[in-house]
Amino acid sequence: MKKLINDPDDVVDEMLDGMVAAYPDRVRRLSDTNVLVREDAPVGGKVGVVSGGGSGHEPTHAGYLGEGMLDGAAAGEVFTSPTADELEEMVAAVDSGEGVLLVVKNYEGDVMNFETAGEMVEMEGTEVAEVVVNDDVAVEDSLYTSGRRGVCGTILVHKAAGAKAAEGADLDEVQRVAQKVVDNVGTMGMALTSCVTPEKGEPTFDLGEDEIELGIGIHGEPGVERTDIMDADAITEELTESVLDDLDLDEGQEVVTIVNGMGGTPQMELFVVNRKLQELLGDHGLETWDAWVGDYMTSLDMAGCSITVCAVDDELQELLGAPADTPALTVR
Amino acid sequence: MSDEGAAVVAAVQAIAERLEAERSYLTDLDSAIGDADHGGNMARGWSAAAEKVADLDDPDPATVVKTAGKTLLSEVGGASGPLYGGSLVFASQELDGGITADTAVAFAETYLEKVQDRGDARVGDKTMVDALVPAVHTFKKSVETDDLPPVEALAKAVAAAERGVDFTVPIRASKGRASYLGWRSVGHQDPGATSTLYIMEELLDAATEHVDVAETPAVDATSPTIPDGEEAAED
Repeated sequence: MKKLINDPDDVVDEMLDGMVAAYPDRVRRLSDTNVLVREDAPVGGKVGVVSGGGSGHEPTHAGYLGEGMLDGAAAGEVFTSPTADELEEMVAAVDSGEGVLLVVKNYEGDVMNFETAGEMVEMEGTEVAEVVVNDDVAVEDSLYTSGRRGVCGTILVHKAAGAKAAEGADLDEVQRVAQKVVDNVGTMGMALTSCVTPEKGEPTFDLGEDEIELGIGIHGEPGVERTDIMDADAITEELTESVLDDLDLDEGQEVVTIVNGMGGTPQMELFVVNRKLQELLGDHGLETWDAWVGDYMTSLDMAGCSITVCAVDDELQELLGAPADTPALTVR
Repeated sequence: MSDEGAAVVAAVQAIAERLEAERSYLTDLDSAIGDADHGGNMARGWSAAAEKVADLDDPDPATVVKTAGKTLLSEVGGASGPLYGGSLVFASQELDGGITADTAVAFAETYLEKVQDRGDARVGDKTMVDALVPAVHTFKKSVETDDLPPVEALAKAVAAAERGVDFTVPIRASKGRASYLGWRSVGHQDPGATSTLYIMEELLDAATEHVDVAETPAVDATSPTIPDGEEAAED
C-alpha cells in the first residue's frame, strides 16, 4: 500500500511536529510528549477542557484546540490510548486553578488511562471531572469497549463544553453540559473500505469489492452487519433509522446533524448523504437546527461515513453556536 | 541506599528478569484470547522499570514502587499500564512510613482496590483479579488473624494466587479483550492472572532471600536486606 510516511514508528511524532509548524501561533507541544495544548494555555480564570485518544482520527483531537473548544489534546500511537503520565502532564499544563474536564471516548484503554491520570492529578490538588462519550448506537461490547463506543458525537461534546468553559462557568457546569450532549447524541457509521494502519501497511479487515460494513467502528472494529453495496440513499436510511430508533425523539425536536467522512470519502459523497439525511429527518417531523458536513473524526484512509444526530435545546444551541476558533472548526 | 529500598529495587529487577523469561509463554496465552501483546508489554515495561529504579539515589521503598509504577504507566500503556502501573503508584503511598506487616497489608489492599476500580472486574471474570483477590485476602488473614511471619504469609498468598490462576482456565471471560470471545475463552488460562502470579513469586523469592541475608550475622553492609519481606505484597 502506498503511503506518505517515513518510518511507521515516527508517524505520530512527525505529524505532531507538522501540526505545530502549521499552527505555531495556535498550538504548542509539551516537550518530550505527544501532547499539544493551546498556545496560550493555561487560560486564566477558565476551566480547562481536554481530550485525547489514539492517533489516526485527525482532525480529532488536536484540530479542535483553541478558543471555544479544547485546551489540550493528547495523541496516543495509532489507534492506541495515550499513556496516563502524558495525560497527567497535559492536565497540569492547562489547569489555571479552575479545574479541568476530561472528555474521554469510551474505549477501555482510554478510560483507564484518563481515570488513572485524573486520580494522579487529584493527589496533587488539581480538581478534575470526567465525561465518557458513548454515542455509537451500532453495537454493545466490542473489540476495545465495554458498552457503546465513543465516536463523532465527541466533537459536539468538545464544542459545548469548550463554549461553556469560555463563558467562565465552573467545572460542575462545564461537566453538566458535556454530559447533556452525551445523553442526547447518537451516531452510526459504515465502511466502504478498510483503513490501513501505518504499522501493518495492509487493510485491517477484508471487505469484498461489493460489500460494505454497517456499524463499523473508527478502528475498523466489526459493526452490526456486512451486506452487499447499496446506493447512497439506502445506506443513509439504514444509518439514520438506527440512530433515530435509539434516540427516540419527539416530533418537532430540533437537532444538529453531522455527516462525517471517515478519511477516504470525497466531500461530494458526504453532501449526497446529507441531502438524504435531511429529507429523512423531515419525514420524522424533526427540525434541523444546524447541519455539519466534513471530516471531523476519521479512521485513517477508510472510505465511508458516519451520521450523528444530537437533540438540542436552547442551551445546547447557544453553546454549539458560540464562537470557536480552532484549526479544524471555526464558528463566528 | 536504605536496606528496604535496595531490597525493593532487587525485587523489581528479579520481576523484570522473570517476565523476560516468560515473555513468549505469556504472549502465547494472550494470542489465544487477546491480542498477543501481553508478554512483550510486561517484559518491556518491567525492564524499563528495573532500569529506572536502579538509577534512583538512596530511595525509600515507596519511591521505588512509585517509580516502577510510573514507568509501567508510560511504557506499557493500553489497559495494562493503568492496571499494573497505576495501581502501584497509588498503593505506594501506603509504604510512605516504610515496610511493616501493617503497611504491607495496606499496600496489598490498596493495590487490589485500584485494580478492581479501574478494571471494574470481580472474581470469576477471568482476569488478574482472580489471582489477586485470593492472594490479598490470604495475605491479610495470615498476617492479622493467624499471626504468621510476613514471609510465610506471602508464601500462602502465592499459593492462593496459583489456585486463582488455575481457576481462570475453565471459566468464561466477561471483562477485558477476552470477553469479546465469549464462550470461546473457556479452556484458556488468563495471561493477566498468570503474569500477576509470576510477579508475586518473584516477590516471595526476593523477600525470602533478604530475610535469610538479614538473619546472617556477618552480612555485607551494602547487601540489600529486609527484615520481613512484606514489600512482597507489592503486587
